[in-house]
Amino acid sequence: MTISLDPTNPSSKKLQPTGWLRYFSFSLDHKVIGLQYLICGFIFYLIGGALAGAIRIELTSPLSDFMPREVYNQVLTLHGTIMIFLWIVPVVNGAFGNYLIPFYVGARDMAFPRLNAVAFWLIPPSGLMLISSYFINGAAQSGWTAYPPLSITTPAAGQIIWILSVLLLGGSSIFGGINFIATILKLRRPGLKLMQLPMFCWAMLGTSLLVVISTPVLAGTLILLSFDIVAHTGFFNPNLGGNVIVYQHLFWFYSHPAVYIMVLPAFGLVSEILPVHCRKPLFGYATMVYSIMGIVVLGLIVWAHHMFTSGTPPWMRLFFTIATSFIAVPTGIKFFNWVATLWGGKISLNSAILFSCGFIVNFVLGGITGVALAQVPFDVHVHDTYFVVAHFHYIVYGGSVFVIFSSIYHWFPKFTGKMLNENLGRFHFALTFIGFNLCFAPQHWLGLNGMPRRVAEYDPQFELVNQISSMGALLMALSTLPFLFNVFQSAFQGKDAGDNPWKALTPEWLTSSPPPVENWKGEAPLVIEPYGYGKNNSQQESKITK
Amino acid sequence: MDMEKITPNKNQKLPNEIAMTSVAPKQQSSQNTISETEDHEDFRLFGLIAFLIADGMTFAGFFAAYLTFKAVNPLPAGAIYELELPLPTLNTILLLVSSITFHRAGKFLEKRDSRACQKWLIITGLLGAAFLVSQMFEYFSLPFGLTDNLFASTFYALTGFHGLHVTLGSIMILIVWWQTRTPGGRINYENKFPFEAAELYWHFVDGIWVVLFIILYLL
Repeated sequence: MTISLDPTNPSSKKLQPTGWLRYFSFSLDHKVIGLQYLICGFIFYLIGGALAGAIRIELTSPLSDFMPREVYNQVLTLHGTIMIFLWIVPVVNGAFGNYLIPFYVGARDMAFPRLNAVAFWLIPPSGLMLISSYFINGAAQSGWTAYPPLSITTPAAGQIIWILSVLLLGGSSIFGGINFIATILKLRRPGLKLMQLPMFCWAMLGTSLLVVISTPVLAGTLILLSFDIVAHTGFFNPNLGGNVIVYQHLFWFYSHPAVYIMVLPAFGLVSEILPVHCRKPLFGYATMVYSIMGIVVLGLIVWAHHMFTSGTPPWMRLFFTIATSFIAVPTGIKFFNWVATLWGGKISLNSAILFSCGFIVNFVLGGITGVALAQVPFDVHVHDTYFVVAHFHYIVYGGSVFVIFSSIYHWFPKFTGKMLNENLGRFHFALTFIGFNLCFAPQHWLGLNGMPRRVAEYDPQFELVNQISSMGALLMALSTLPFLFNVFQSAFQGKDAGDNPWKALTPEWLTSSPPPVENWKGEAPLVIEPYGYGKNNSQQESKITK
Repeated sequence: MDMEKITPNKNQKLPNEIAMTSVAPKQQSSQNTISETEDHEDFRLFGLIAFLIADGMTFAGFFAAYLTFKAVNPLPAGAIYELELPLPTLNTILLLVSSITFHRAGKFLEKRDSRACQKWLIITGLLGAAFLVSQMFEYFSLPFGLTDNLFASTFYALTGFHGLHVTLGSIMILIVWWQTRTPGGRINYENKFPFEAAELYWHFVDGIWVVLFIILYLL
């Protein structure tokens, strides 16, 4: 779709590099940046997925026969780091946040477009740097947590490159967070109140607050760790009088909120997708908002539940058990709100809602094991076993990644103006859902029976269950093929979507697909009821279904 | 920022705007220009404050680490970790006075007296440089080095990270000083955001120093 902008607008030329080349340029358009994040993140997802495949192949037999142990450690570290810092965080925040937030607040772009482009362009180099460390003396071997003294005693080159790339990615994340806070709080269209914003805005506001508050602490910690490695100081080195527990506290002060940084935007996205496809208003808008803010506050004071076996004093265990259990309350409110939104709705069982429902199922399972893990008597037995691996993947894959796929099915018509193939989409969902549960559900059993995580070799009694898990991983790998085929085929030969194929009421659908450079040709529409489905008196509903 | 340079062109109606269908009819009357939402308030200072909160959290992490070390880890036998008070007290005074002089420079910028503004800026910059020299002097006179023991390492990491901030702030002051010259400077009464940003950053660095001084030297 071509548009003619006001010729006196000095930025119009710079904002519009044309054609596919603009996705490789320093574009300031939030929609281009959003798609840059999405595609870049997906490429890293494929790399991280290949690494996960290598891990599962290794674990089909109890001996480390597929790759040497050092390589296994590197693959494990790269898999974790890539999936967290280069796939989920940039995609749920950067991709969908950048694409949708300016529409939702009624703006033409983010508050700081140039900072936005800088934040994106920090990601590909740091990702390449991280992966290239494998070819220079080997990548980091200490897992994505980089606990000292392990991270101090393993080869230094890979660990330092790991630290540098995580620092760059953290910087990118902070810049993005500042941008989202300014956009949501300051760039709202006149007349639009905070409590009228779509839920994704609240999720992004909460996430960005967590990013701005907690990421710098990780940055400071990693700087101290790099001093330990390069300058041989002793901050976290017990041999030199240092204290490893301080590293764990500082690390988890970021990395526990990081889980919410990965999953809160997913909550927001699901809250956008469900009402559209079941034609009902989002249930309990205000309670959703308070739950998000409750999760933000509680999320900052629960970090030490990762450290129950690190010699934490009893009072601290008690406090963090109680605080962590409390998080189940706002999360439970959100879960019941989504179920209540679906309840009695005219649900169209398309790929988007299937993935969203898959998310709800997986997430409640991961949430239950999460509450279990918060209890000290249980945690000390399953700490650092496959039970934790299963729980974590139920949250970030069953939670965030399912929502990413759901969002791609939901917003692909907006991105490209073409519809995705629904049958292929349902096939993709079935493969992913079965493969995911086949891969990770047995890992609960493995963990409860004492199989430690992060090892290439294990007790032969676990072989069969590990092979079942690897079969699930194979299905997950295969599920990517129909998805990729679907995306490429639909982008070129898909049927035209029109501007609003889902008859949705949120503002991004009230413009053309794909949207013009500055989002609207006229003034931004004032959408005060983004979820006003099924209301006859709703001015927007009658406008769209005319 | 490009956003502010966009001048409204109220009279020119774009041909394809009339065919706009997705906007409720109520709003149709006021949408003859695309510049309406472009004239937003300047929130660059807001963004800077958000960044300073993030930056402050980095220091908070360092302080938390130092306080935990102090509470849990004993100083090994024979290790030397002693700090003298006079020089850091002088440093504190230097930075606090520099905050006042920066503020004075701002007052003169508001009175459109760029010469006086520049004078106070150069005083601020010199105070910052004096702080750095004095800090350097302290480093060389201390009886312990970076890797001697845990507390020595933490001391150098904390003061070094703060010194990095002072260095960056001094460079900013230098740039602001150069840009407030008349004629030719780009910072003046109308465009004073760079000045305000540098001033806020400088106050922030001073505030961090006060906390650092209390935690590192007095406690």
